[in-house]
Amino acid sequence: MIWDLHCHLGALPGRTPHERMAELMAYADRLGIERVVVFMGWPHAVDPDPDEMRRQNDQVLDALSHWHDRAFGFVYLNPNHVDASLREFQRCVVRGPMVGIKLWVARRCHDEALDPIIAAATEQRAIIYQHTWYKTTGNLEGESTPENLVALARRHPRATFICGHSGGNWELGIRAVRSVDNISIGLGGFDPTAGVVEMAVRELGATRVVFGSDAAGRSFGSQLGKVIGAEVSDADRNLILGGNLEQMLTPILRSKGTGS
Amino acid sequence: MIVDTNVHFDRWPTRRLPDDEPKRLLARLAEHDVAGAWVGSFDAVLHRDVAAVNQRLMKLCRIADRERLVPVGTINPTLPDWQEDLRRCAELHGMRALRVYPGYHGYALDDESAAELLTEAARLGILLQIVANLEDERTQHPLLRATGVDVEPLIAWMGRLPELHVMVLGARRPRTRPEVIEQLVSTGRVTFDLSMLEGAGCVAGWIEQFGHESLVFGSHAPLFAFESALLKIAESPLGELQRRAILAENAQRQLDQLAELP
Ligand SMILES: [Zn+2]
Repeated sequence: MIWDLHCHLGALPGRTPHERMAELMAYADRLGIERVVVFMGWPHAVDPDPDEMRRQNDQVLDALSHWHDRAFGFVYLNPNHVDASLREFQRCVVRGPMVGIKLWVARRCHDEALDPIIAAATEQRAIIYQHTWYKTTGNLEGESTPENLVALARRHPRATFICGHSGGNWELGIRAVRSVDNISIGLGGFDPTAGVVEMAVRELGATRVVFGSDAAGRSFGSQLGKVIGAEVSDADRNLILGGNLEQMLTPILRSKGTGS
Repeated sequence: MIVDTNVHFDRWPTRRLPDDEPKRLLARLAEHDVAGAWVGSFDAVLHRDVAAVNQRLMKLCRIADRERLVPVGTINPTLPDWQEDLRRCAELHGMRALRVYPGYHGYALDDESAAELLTEAARLGILLQIVANLEDERTQHPLLRATGVDVEPLIAWMGRLPELHVMVLGARRPRTRPEVIEQLVSTGRVTFDLSMLEGAGCVAGWIEQFGHESLVFGSHAPLFAFESALLKIAESPLGELQRRAILAENAQRQLDQLAELP
């Protein structure tokens, strides 16, 4: 069973969300990826205003409507607009079908401005996916590091966090989040460097390692290869490829009455 | 059957890798039906005694698997008397392909040092593998930073040197622009490996833009997971002809063409 934590509608042909989803799922099918999590619309907006946030989330809602049996959605929020973000959370998660939130690079995530957003997500048991990088070339001003996420997660011990991209420089990212149990790492969106999964399992345990691709910007295949090629037990591999994500989603799916 | 054009022995300078022992790496390749592997050495990235690196590589390939391994020596044209390394690779070791790392050795393809190297490679009928990237710039060790190689100057070289044959390893898109790729592959003497191609269906996307004759299989193992390259092939819907061309025939043909040069 393969579930992909991290997909986007950008970087695909197609005029409508439905057309783009059909493209995305055709590639997913070729590699046996059963379910995907989708967030953000197009074109990429690093600091969307409330209208743009809503427009992009509408694109994802539209995408989900045709694929509710195989796709989950995370709502894209911008902590530079907290009230609008809380309204979007209500609309897309509490009253809508989405099951998590996506935070990108508008504002560093250790900022206390995020607290009401995280509190709302925790209340609903929604997964919080935070993009993180340690870029050798330097982060964007609003781009969080894994350490920023650690600061946030320590204030919200009951929330479920994903450290996106494993921090890119994963030898640093894995170490950074090691001591904080409610942070798992997402394996998508960096080059398929061998050894990442082995180190993650060694330092975090397999239950805190989650497969995601960052398709369609990344190749499903290149990213899946990190896990398929790793020297880990089959039991651990299965957790990473889908078991962990299913487990993380179970509470919110149950409360929505859509649990599998 | 697979010919993997982008493999390295020896140690990556900043990390131990699951397959950085030849035995492990060769077992991995054998498991996936790799019939030919073009092998360079990570030592060549930083060592200045490149002659010794090439000699060890030659010996290791002979001992480990004479049938399947194609040793690919390194030339660093910024070193004193690099011409002697080239002579040894060609005459002594009988190498048919050589690997260069302009990003790590500190020169550009329109520099003086590249000019003589490219001219000599063309004269000797040696396939030049130009390593555009070994690693994403964003994940490099802070003390081992190298920018991606701009291959645009190659367009002029391909025109000037009709005997020059080049394979670009680790080109990243969109950094390497489509107009540049287009012009290079239209010469029929430049191929690209797929090790750093990204995007859902990236292999099919390449074929649609540049045709299937210009792409070769390169895993960049052991730094990259070998399976990643394999799954990129599986991800794209390919005809049998295209599959075979990319997995083995394009690379093999490029070497064979050179063997036929006068
Ligand atoms: Zn992403």
